[in-house]
Amino acid sequence: MKLLYFAWLRAKIGTSEEMVELPAEVTTVGNLLEWLKRRGPRFADALSDASVVRVAVNQDYVPWDHPVRAGDEVALFPPVTGG
Amino acid sequence: MIRVQREDFDVGAEIAQVTDGRHEIGGIVSFVGVVRDAAGGDRIGAMTLEHYPGMTEKKLDEIEAEARRRWKLDASLIIHRYGRLEPGARIVLVVTASSHRQAAFEACEFLVDWLKTKAPFWKLEETSAGPRWVEAHAGDDEAAKRWVAE
Repeated sequence: MKLLYFAWLRAKIGTSEEMVELPAEVTTVGNLLEWLKRRGPRFADALSDASVVRVAVNQDYVPWDHPVRAGDEVALFPPVTGG
Repeated sequence: MIRVQREDFDVGAEIAQVTDGRHEIGGIVSFVGVVRDAAGGDRIGAMTLEHYPGMTEKKLDEIEAEARRRWKLDASLIIHRYGRLEPGARIVLVVTASSHRQAAFEACEFLVDWLKTKAPFWKLEETSAGPRWVEAHAGDDEAAKRWVAE
């Protein structure tokens, strides 16, 4: 799975993109966030408040219960501020 | 038509390009968003707009299509810039044109409201108190929501 991070999530995590192998138990966006938080202090800090984390799967906004699969592009970012 | 670019744009030339020769048009509305020099009591030296290439274009296409589904528009254009911009710099241009002004006014306001909440951009301000990410405003969500019921 390709993971992308933007804005202060990118700054806190320290990378803008990476490829990861998903463990079998990660089947939803919610599972993915919980798994990422356990990958180290930078992830735990960046993802500590889920209310300010937005997720897009294959470039569409999705809720926490949306499924994730190996070939997906998943992006994590703060609420957007366009315009 | 939508465009995401680092470069500045010429408002008059852009309007002309999407409306010239379209004599069914009776009114053209444009909105230009620019960088302010102050926010939250701090001076802003510049802001850097980051975006999600690919998703940005997809969302702008969807937002424009939704406006054209809701209103009878003869022409529309969204240009959104990214990169480092100083106060006074143009950030975004939204143009809507219709045979009658009401559709053009409403669709333009709809597009600007939805850009705020749907377009994947983030702004890093260089302030007198240090760099700061602009937070989403609850008021922007409210402004976008008022269009949902219609």
